[in-house]
Amino acid sequence: MEKKVFARTKGLTETPMRYCPGCGHGVIHRLVGETLEELDIRERTIGIAPVGCSVFADEYFNCDMIQPAHGRGPAVATGMKRVRPDCIIFSYQGDGDLASIGMAETIHSAARGENITIIFVNNAIYGMTGGQMAPTTLPGMRSTTSPFGRDPKVAGNPIRVCELLSSLKGPVYLERVAVNTPGNVVKAKKAIKKAFQVQVDGLGFSLVEIISQCPTDWAMTPLQSIGRVKDEMIPYYPLGVFKSLEEKK
Amino acid sequence: MPKIEVDEGRCKACELCIVACPHKVIGLAKHFSPSGFHPACMANAEACTGCMLCAFVCPDVAIEVYK
Ligand code: SF4
Ligand code: SF4
Repeated sequence: MEKKVFARTKGLTETPMRYCPGCGHGVIHRLVGETLEELDIRERTIGIAPVGCSVFADEYFNCDMIQPAHGRGPAVATGMKRVRPDCIIFSYQGDGDLASIGMAETIHSAARGENITIIFVNNAIYGMTGGQMAPTTLPGMRSTTSPFGRDPKVAGNPIRVCELLSSLKGPVYLERVAVNTPGNVVKAKKAIKKAFQVQVDGLGFSLVEIISQCPTDWAMTPLQSIGRVKDEMIPYYPLGVFKSLEEKK
Repeated sequence: MPKIEVDEGRCKACELCIVACPHKVIGLAKHFSPSGFHPACMANAEACTGCMLCAFVCPDVAIEVYK
């Protein structure tokens, strides 16, 4: 008789996710859900959903959730963690939310070294509003507001969030991962788990940037979109650890 | 025999599991799922090793693996 070796995590609800076919959010949700279950912190975790495609994440994560104003996740997380240090607080954010309207909150919560965890999903586009250019859209990449491709002379160059934050003293753990292959998914899981462990241990600010794919707004099939992650996204956004506990010691 | 079970109500036929499977086990079924997709299915069931790579990449957590 076979045993079930891979089952749906209890860190997610039973609600089927409404993301587009092939969208990376679903895998990332699963990795967070499994982490909540494996670290046995689900009952004392409060998640923060962003404005963006994952605005309905409260329906999918099987923990308490709150949904603040666009980009303000880290500020709300700061308040919640300071008032309830016994709770585990994570802010789940996309690139428009975190790197554009919420950039101030991101940088200052990192600079203060708040003991919170940020799950930053970078798919280089504004998904929910229909594929507009984001601060992370690649040079030459088409979007509805850069129909001829992003021109760095006009729109500047994309922001590398991990590199930017790594110059600050506050963060203790920063890593960039991807979810385009089974191997990268395994690495992403390890990084997410480590980021939550950092908070459980009371060590300070942790952020994992996950390079994700948005087949719909990239006007690609899911298979083409994981090809773009490998050929275009990862070369611009190199994977790896940008700040680690070892360095801090 | 190792095998996968696909929750047809969740599967969106993205085909990411098909390319992730090193043994070419998975295909898309001919029938429609309740939400109108051709769900993933075991097209070549004997080849499954229960390695779980398909489940790792499935964005909809639609796959469970038995071994
Ligand atoms: S990866 Fe999941 S959603 Fe995509 S085709 Fe396979 S089972 Fe269906
Ligand atoms: S468990 Fe491994 S061998 Fe079986 S279908 Fe999934 S990827 Fe293929």
